[in-house]
Amino acid sequence: MVGSVGDEILLDDSVQGSNLALVGAGAWIAINARGLEASIQTLIAKYPSVKKVAIDMDHVERLDTFGAWLLERLVRAFKARGCETTVIGLKDDYKALIDELGNVKLEEPPRIGGQAFSYALHSIGENIASVGNSFAAIVNMLGALVVAWLRVATRPRTFRMTSLVHQLDNVAWRAVPIILLITFLIGCIIAQQGLFHFRKFGADVYVVDMVGILVLRELGVLIVCIMVAGRSGSAYTAELGSMKMREEIDALRTMGFDPVEVLILPRILALIIGVPILTFLGSMAALYGGGLVCWLYGGIDPDIFLSRLKEAIALNTFEVGMIKAPFMALVIGAVACVEGLAVKGSAESLGRQTTASVVESIFLVIVMDGIFAIFFASIGM
Amino acid sequence: MAPAPMNGKREVVIEARDIVVGFGNHLVLDHTDLDVYRGEILGFVGGSGAGKSVLMRTIIGLIPKRAGTIKVFGVDMGEATDSERRAVERRWGVLFQQGALFSSLTVMENLQFPVREYLNLSQRLLDELAIAKLEMVGLDASVCQKFPSELSGGMTKRVALARALALDPEIVFLDEPTSGLDPIGAGDFDTLIATLQRTLGLTVFMVTHDLDSLHTVCDRIAVLAEGKVIAAGTMETMLASEHPWLKSYFRGKRSRAGYQPQGKAAT
Repeated sequence: MVGSVGDEILLDDSVQGSNLALVGAGAWIAINARGLEASIQTLIAKYPSVKKVAIDMDHVERLDTFGAWLLERLVRAFKARGCETTVIGLKDDYKALIDELGNVKLEEPPRIGGQAFSYALHSIGENIASVGNSFAAIVNMLGALVVAWLRVATRPRTFRMTSLVHQLDNVAWRAVPIILLITFLIGCIIAQQGLFHFRKFGADVYVVDMVGILVLRELGVLIVCIMVAGRSGSAYTAELGSMKMREEIDALRTMGFDPVEVLILPRILALIIGVPILTFLGSMAALYGGGLVCWLYGGIDPDIFLSRLKEAIALNTFEVGMIKAPFMALVIGAVACVEGLAVKGSAESLGRQTTASVVESIFLVIVMDGIFAIFFASIGM
Repeated sequence: MAPAPMNGKREVVIEARDIVVGFGNHLVLDHTDLDVYRGEILGFVGGSGAGKSVLMRTIIGLIPKRAGTIKVFGVDMGEATDSERRAVERRWGVLFQQGALFSSLTVMENLQFPVREYLNLSQRLLDELAIAKLEMVGLDASVCQKFPSELSGGMTKRVALARALALDPEIVFLDEPTSGLDPIGAGDFDTLIATLQRTLGLTVFMVTHDLDSLHTVCDRIAVLAEGKVIAAGTMETMLASEHPWLKSYFRGKRSRAGYQPQGKAAT
């Protein structure tokens, strides 16, 4: 007596010579499927040499797809060995279900697999290729932007002013509070750290030089760009990605509009205008934070701070930071839009592209910052 | 399984009484009642925006109701404990209008997902059952490893139906199952629903706009208008009704003369 689930016996076997008689009982339904499957497998293994199998289903009270499939599997296993297999006593209600399952052709679903080593090589190669592809896609996007820009420049009335203003509101105006807060805090922290360490050498007042140069040349623009990449770049990718998913971009194309001109150009222009403004505001907030800490924590009076700052920085210190801003904005925008257009049908792909957009644009911003540093050093700025 | 006579003695599996659902000041369902009997295919119709999907979603618990009671298999869903609710939820399957397949899982994983969560079965049995379900809805093992975004509209609906059937539910809710399918595909889908209903002994609650579906597969039709179920009965009752909305719906331009019983009703 094999097949039992709890107290209930679902399948009873008795053998006479080469004839096997199986009697099913109870409920052959989903919750009992696990036990039933185990007993069926045991049965199939237990009688390797029977010639005739009769399965009596008269006492089975309930049968669903799970039970019916297991019956089908039992029948198929014995038939495959050449046994004469009959099912008797099946209730009329269940005949249709059994017939339906009898037609099921099992094909092993193709499983993708292979050697771990070649798989690793494969994925490395794929990643390298995808880096190249995404670089090409960014260059492609920049080209498309130039074309769209030229087209708009010849017909200025086709430029989407409303969209530009809307995007400016989103990426610049609404970003002001958080950018001010973060750059202010960064200014405070640099000044505090500088004071703490410079004090050992009695060089307190050089903190002003450090804060001024660091903030205006590097940190202001970097912090703002990282914030914008996380805040607006991801939003661009998600917006364009979901438009792509819902075929809105295809709809634009069929109406004879160029998505680059309609959707992407205003977004990237908004960034190119917005990021320098945010960089300026951010740098000022950082200087203010630095000055505040110098005064309250370092005992450097505001007028000393200001006169020291005038000596430490020249106009070109400020220019170096500001010149970088629009280029960074262009890269953030282009990456975000490229990734947005690369979204495929699924929600998962949208998430993946958004992550890629933020990671790539922050990476490129930092790389560009390095290139600019070399460039400015060699032209003596 | 021929439709049983309308004597009101059949087992009621869904009993909605006095349902009120609204959004803000707007009442979508205004004290409406609905019964669904075991083993029938109920077609649920109404104008666009009349609240058909709202009633369906209220019954399956996705939209909160302001008043009224809903009993499914005799369990009052408003009063039921969490475990009672879950027990009932296991006994129904839902086919959403857009399929609602999980886009990050393959077809196979989509079909196995509910089974894997509720039952502790071997991987082999899960695989075999998934293929069996796919074949029951007219697909085959070749779509197993595809992702939902790679399927056509008709295939998506079929896979979604297979997933709704994954746990062998007693009731299936279908939200516009034939919308977006071509007439041949829609016809096939109707046949499929009828076949599955017969083989599995399902109760089918079908929100639809498709007059052909109503004619060919539905045993009974319920009509929602002005926030209430204004009529429920067989196609013949609907065609015979003199209610202006029913007249324009069932005997309007889009309904076909061929379906009018002996061509009398239309004239």
